[in-house]
Amino acid sequence: MSEVLVLAQRDGDEIRRATAETVALARAFGPPALVVAGPWNDGVARSAAAAGPEKVYALSGLPDDSVSALAVAESLADLAARSVAVLLPSTREGKEVAAHLAARLESGVVTDAVRLEPDAEGRPVATQSVFAGTFTVRSRVTRGVPVVTVKPGAAEPGPATEPVVVPLAATPSPVATAVRVLDRSVRPKGDRPQLTEAEIVVSGGRGTAGDFSAVEALADALGAAVGASRAAVDSGWYPHAYQVGQTGVTVSPQVYLACGISGAIQHLAGMQTAKTIVAVNKDPEAPIMAVADFAVVGDLHAVLPKATEEIVARRR
Amino acid sequence: MRTVVLAKYVPDATADRRFDPADHTTVRDDIESRLSELDEYAVEQAVRLSEQSGGEVLVVLMGPGGAADAALRALQMGATAAVHVRDAALRGTDAAGTALVLAAAVGRAGGADLVLTGMASTDAGTGLVPAMVAHRLGLPFVGYVDELDVAGGTATGARETEAFRERFEVALPAVVAVTDHINEPRYPSFKAIMAAKKKPVEVIALTDLGIAPDEVGFAGARTAVESALRRPARSSGEVVKDDGDGGARMVAYLVDNRLI
Ligand SMILES: Cc1cc2nc3c(=O)[nH]c(=O)nc-3n(C[C@H](O)[C@H](O)[C@H](O)COP(=O)(O)OP(=O)(O)OC[C@H]3O[C@@H](n4cnc5c(N)ncnc54)[C@H](O)[C@@H]3O)c2cc1C
Ligand SMILES: Nc1ncnc2c1ncn2[C@@H]1O[C@H](COP(=O)(O)O)[C@@H](O)[C@H]1O
Repeated sequence: MSEVLVLAQRDGDEIRRATAETVALARAFGPPALVVAGPWNDGVARSAAAAGPEKVYALSGLPDDSVSALAVAESLADLAARSVAVLLPSTREGKEVAAHLAARLESGVVTDAVRLEPDAEGRPVATQSVFAGTFTVRSRVTRGVPVVTVKPGAAEPGPATEPVVVPLAATPSPVATAVRVLDRSVRPKGDRPQLTEAEIVVSGGRGTAGDFSAVEALADALGAAVGASRAAVDSGWYPHAYQVGQTGVTVSPQVYLACGISGAIQHLAGMQTAKTIVAVNKDPEAPIMAVADFAVVGDLHAVLPKATEEIVARRR
Repeated sequence: MRTVVLAKYVPDATADRRFDPADHTTVRDDIESRLSELDEYAVEQAVRLSEQSGGEVLVVLMGPGGAADAALRALQMGATAAVHVRDAALRGTDAAGTALVLAAAVGRAGGADLVLTGMASTDAGTGLVPAMVAHRLGLPFVGYVDELDVAGGTATGARETEAFRERFEVALPAVVAVTDHINEPRYPSFKAIMAAKKKPVEVIALTDLGIAPDEVGFAGARTAVESALRRPARSSGEVVKDDGDGGARMVAYLVDNRLI
């Protein structure tokens, strides 16, 4: 039976939880083969096995001094053409690889799947959340090998395996190495949970006035991830990687706490599918109030520290 | 230098965006629509580069009749001319077909030193089209760019993904997709609005591009939408005013609902 290719998302030597979820999802369509791009060592090998694939392709030889999405796509094109489907992370890089790969395979692509299920014939049907989370769409690839980018939370990871490791050497074309990287700064791994994988997200907006300490303290008391609105990011108060919304990340946690965030449509686009929304805002008329399951009208600099105290007190 | 900007006409994010119940395409008639906000950044960057080092900015749009408004907006922002690909057979076109049409339109216009695009359309939002256009044109592609300069036939800039930030350099011609962090798009002046009225907009059809109707639209699509259902609108829940106990009540709500 031909395999399902899954492109791993790595964080240094660690394969992300979202990848293990996608590997589990892939099993509905065929034996999952995980593609791990970049340096290979014992740590990566352990982490790849923990993700539960039947096989691992260790892709090496990607040019470090070049933007790599196209080189990854080129290296996978032959394998992908013989696969039942290719699943990639719904990250910026994952989507670039998906676009380059589909162009070469003459395949269709579905992006941002929150679920992926086999139809009666066993072919993948994706569920997407569109128009700022106001519509649920089911779609499929109708031509070529289905290429699908999958969001975190689409499945529960399965057990670890002992996969065969097959080395794969990148053979980038001149076009793939044309974009030269002059320098690269890798984002340091923070102590808090990953924004896209966290059960609880506490986000701050312009209402923080630049002081995220109350937001961070509440997040830490809850074991939550920290997010930010674009207004907060644009003001330089929080890094772009934490921006929630249309041009940031979309999150779908159990609880989303929006603190000093008005709830513009572009922000809602990134969090409207959260199970529960809690808002803290001075303005009872703010649009976020219309979607919040629970809202406190008040100053976040007063409300959040009290909430943090209360959580700590209840834990005692 | 000659820059082509790919720009899309999309339903406004604050309008009642919805799907046609019969064929699941995005409703584009009778709905407030505009030049995609994320493509304004590409138009702005192209105009700034032309202001610095000269050259023309051609805007290429594929869309229904109303897309003429989006073309006009781009011209008001400082683009030199526009090409609008309009054809009934385009209804139902997906990312692959869009890239086929846009790449052909760039070719017909005589190519470009730089093709600028938005990072994603605000309706479909796949972000796939730019890399697919680059593939069709056989050009290098750089995505998620938030700093961009051009000098002596080379583009330099910076891009950011979830994992890293990097500075890059690429010899032109190339395709570059920019993010909403690259600039602040201008609001056209009265003078610019008047000047735009005299700028050329060419409307072309698929035959002008040598593309057969079945290569695009539903026939050429490589993806299909099977269903599109409106989610029940979220409603507002309990609202409490903070009288010193707001934080505690919020925690009580989370605990009572077993959320923490
Ligand atoms: C193309 C495009 C893409 C975009 N993408 C995104 C995106 O990805 N993510 C995103 O977030 N935005 C995005 N935006 C921007 C979006 O439109 C809003 O401008 C932004 O979300 C506003 O951020 P904010 O809610 O923090 O600020 P504001 O809208 O200014 O709201 C601040 C809120 O804080 C409240 N407040 C003030 N002080 C306090 C206090 N002390 N205590 C409690 N409450 C207080 C105010 O009442 C207000 O409701 C995008 C816009 C465009 C055009
Ligand atoms: N119909 C279109 N006409 C012109 N440009 C488009 C069109 N569709 C997509 N694009 C360009 O491709 C980018 C990404 O769009 P998408 O892949 O649909 O998210 C947009 O920001 C535009 O620059």
